[in-house]
Amino acid sequence: MSRALPLAIFLALVGLFGFGIWWNAHHDPREVPSPLIGKPAPAFDLPVLGDPAQRVSKASMLGKPYLLNVFASWCFACRDEHPVLMAEAQRLGVALVGYNYKDEPADAQRWLAQFGNPYGLVIADRDGRTAIDFGVYGAPETFLIDAQGVIRYKRIGALTPQVIAEQIEPRVRALAGGAP
Amino acid sequence: MKRALRIGLLLAALLVSASAFAIDPLPFKDAQQRERFQHLTSQLRCLVCQNESLNDSNADLAKDLRHEVFQLMQQGKSDDEIKQYLVARYSDFVLYDPPLRASTVLLWFGPALVLLGGAAVVVLTVRRRGKSGTAEAPAAEEEW
Repeated sequence: MSRALPLAIFLALVGLFGFGIWWNAHHDPREVPSPLIGKPAPAFDLPVLGDPAQRVSKASMLGKPYLLNVFASWCFACRDEHPVLMAEAQRLGVALVGYNYKDEPADAQRWLAQFGNPYGLVIADRDGRTAIDFGVYGAPETFLIDAQGVIRYKRIGALTPQVIAEQIEPRVRALAGGAP
Repeated sequence: MKRALRIGLLLAALLVSASAFAIDPLPFKDAQQRERFQHLTSQLRCLVCQNESLNDSNADLAKDLRHEVFQLMQQGKSDDEIKQYLVARYSDFVLYDPPLRASTVLLWFGPALVLLGGAAVVVLTVRRRGKSGTAEAPAAEEEW
């Protein structure tokens, strides 16, 4: 019995480390779950990119659900995400609103001109002050906001076709189906 | 000698510049306010580089959040109110000292459980050896 003990301890450790590797491969340890899910989105009042005279607020967006995608021209992961948005924007079933985060307006416009503009509307948060209210800590991030202005879902990191199909589309369908 | 002096001067200049560039300067009212600010931000975690405090981090967001904390202090908010403000946006994750909740019970009392488990093993082992006689136990261990 006492001879088998070291082997048992060794196997237990192997199991523990294996679990650690598996866990980290399936979970992003840097991901901070948002406390805002299920709560009303923070009030905001931001200018439209390239047209600062026109402003968009939480109140003006009420009535229809929308997907708010935080991006910036300086953000590398956004560049990976961008083709996915270009391909999937039409199939989403909700308006895709761009949230240009801490970016130079000219850089953002050049970026959209170069890679295409998947957004129906882009709002600009140049100093990132409103983004703090949204709990944004890095781009890309994506919020699903319903017709009542409640945050239903948040994705931290790039959207992929799989995330859209498995996480976003079912929620969008539920919203369209008249769920509260 | 002259060279040593020159190197010394250079090092001194580097030291001074490092402290000047370390943290963006905020217009504190007095030393007491600065101390409170530094104490508070060192208890808060930077979301971008998660092993650094808000006080230490050079990340852009950390800078923004430091300004935010400073603004809230100017508005006369207490430390707890400022923490609550950040927790409402970024969850308990921003606190280095996690609050006691159902989901953090294991975090708080896990080490004590492990300690108790270890103590139980020690007590059992000592008792068993006491019964079987002290001379036998070391002999058994020498085998392997």
